[in-house]
Amino acid sequence: MEILVALVIAVLTACGVYLSLRARTFPVVLGLTLLSYAVNLFLFVTGRLVLGAPPIIEAGRSVYADPLPQALVLTAIVISFGMTAFVVILALRARAELGDDHVDGEKEMRR
Amino acid sequence: MNHLVIAPLLLPLLTGIALILLRGSANPLRRTLSIASTLALIAVAVGLALESGSVQVYRLGDWPAPFGIVLVADRLAALMVVVTAVLAAAVLLHASRGSDRDGRYFHVLFQLQLFGLNGAFLTGDLFNLFVFFEVLLIASYGLLLHGGGARRTRAGLHYVVINLVGSTLFLFAVGTLYGVLGTLNMADLARQAAALAPADVGAVRAAGLLLFAVFALKAALAPLHLWLPGAYGHTSLPVAAMFAIMTKVGAYAILRVYSLVFGSDSGPAAGLLDPWLLPLALLTVVVGTIGVLASRRLAEQAAYLVVVSAGTLLTAFGIGGGAAIAAGIYYLAHTTFAAAALFLLADIIGRARGGMRDNLVAGATLPRAQLLGGLFLLVCVTVAGVPPLSGFIGKFLILQASVDTPWLVWVLGVLLVTSLFTIMALARSGSTLFFATDDRAVSAAAPRGTDLAGLAALIAAGIALVVFADPVYEFGSTAAAQLLQPDAYLAAVLPDEPPGAAR
Repeated sequence: MEILVALVIAVLTACGVYLSLRARTFPVVLGLTLLSYAVNLFLFVTGRLVLGAPPIIEAGRSVYADPLPQALVLTAIVISFGMTAFVVILALRARAELGDDHVDGEKEMRR
Repeated sequence: MNHLVIAPLLLPLLTGIALILLRGSANPLRRTLSIASTLALIAVAVGLALESGSVQVYRLGDWPAPFGIVLVADRLAALMVVVTAVLAAAVLLHASRGSDRDGRYFHVLFQLQLFGLNGAFLTGDLFNLFVFFEVLLIASYGLLLHGGGARRTRAGLHYVVINLVGSTLFLFAVGTLYGVLGTLNMADLARQAAALAPADVGAVRAAGLLLFAVFALKAALAPLHLWLPGAYGHTSLPVAAMFAIMTKVGAYAILRVYSLVFGSDSGPAAGLLDPWLLPLALLTVVVGTIGVLASRRLAEQAAYLVVVSAGTLLTAFGIGGGAAIAAGIYYLAHTTFAAAALFLLADIIGRARGGMRDNLVAGATLPRAQLLGGLFLLVCVTVAGVPPLSGFIGKFLILQASVDTPWLVWVLGVLLVTSLFTIMALARSGSTLFFATDDRAVSAAAPRGTDLAGLAALIAAGIALVVFADPVYEFGSTAAAQLLQPDAYLAAVLPDEPPGAAR
């Protein structure tokens, strides 16, 4: 399972990096979103993968899931969600004001 | 527990909330509230600085560290809060002369930005540092776009995207550190890093360098400085003046994390930045100076001067040792006020020139040219580091600290030659603005005395740094001593654990 999760994070990160290097605002926004998904997943597994274990103390238990990464990832999700909404609006405004969805706002030289 | 430690966070946060509830655009009530709160912040910050000789710890909810979150005010953090508060008051005085009306939420965003800045300086927890970075960045996105316009939107888009990538890298680094060391409290991180198993050294070093990349991005260290001239050069100038503190947040984070977590006596992860910080800082100074020479607008020139000052500051921190860090702390206070003063002056000159704005081309004879020219000379002398003002003292202290180090030739050569070029560039800008007049152009209204209040406050702060250079340097020396001997910091945050104990 560790390998599967690591692969998922790696693929999400690679796609995120590739898309955020594109020249149009929409792929860039998608890329940033994928990057934030990747990092949220990464934060979540920093407490190690444990199956069927509670994050709070319970009588008769000896294996626990680490509760702190769960709290961290909640914070990170909220922030990345807010920032995605902001960057979408900003990209729309740039499209409206610059007349183009190129990140530099210049008419693309079509070959 | 000293409740004064949390006051610099609560004051701007509550003021910001109150300003949202007072509906309507910038009116006298909102301005008065905003300025009064910032003046109170100066008083709180000075009070905190006076008590910061011993490290002040505030445990949120009284949970003991490392389980609860702590705020820590040592000399460095308190000084940063003082500098931020003084800068903010001066910028608000200036912005309240009219430019805060360009958008509805200027004062709200401004106070929330202060909340984020003070939180970033005072927090003792790495994840909270991330959260406060986000708070100050979100407020800065709004402030950057304040006033609108196509160029500003484009600069804002670039700024937002690059900072989102930076935040993602920050989280990757924080996650790696937590995965290996099992804690995020910075004092506890230092203890765990000191007792690191050899197999984990690679992961911690990788996370440390990733964090350095994030902080270098915030501090505008070359080659990660490219976002800064566009963002600062195209935003409204009072906002750019406030942003003079933003690169210092990155420099502060570098100093804090690498003196505490990856400090010299923390074992295998020590000396992580030695091959990187000083060469890149000197490169930043050179690249920034080329930008200063090539600028076509005064605001753009001021933005490149911020890059130069970031490079100079990190040069001081890169040299390392008590004297260099103390010199860097003095330079930090000086350069924040000087850069902000130049942005405010560019705003005043731009308004007086009407349609010519602050473009460095011949325009009409400026109204009240002697007054503005005199102020321009004063600010440029401060920025360029010419005696007798604070820039000279700052650069002199840095050069003096480099004397007994192997890098003396490089530091001396780069800083002195770039200073000469900076003086040339500023002299050329001054002669274009004030002497090369074109009779056909018309100038706008002359600035009134009250328009100069914010600028005068910043110049006065710069002169105070000269008059009180000795106490300020002394304060910086004790701050550097606290950073280089983190035992007091560790004992204050984690009183229950004996030094060197690792779980």
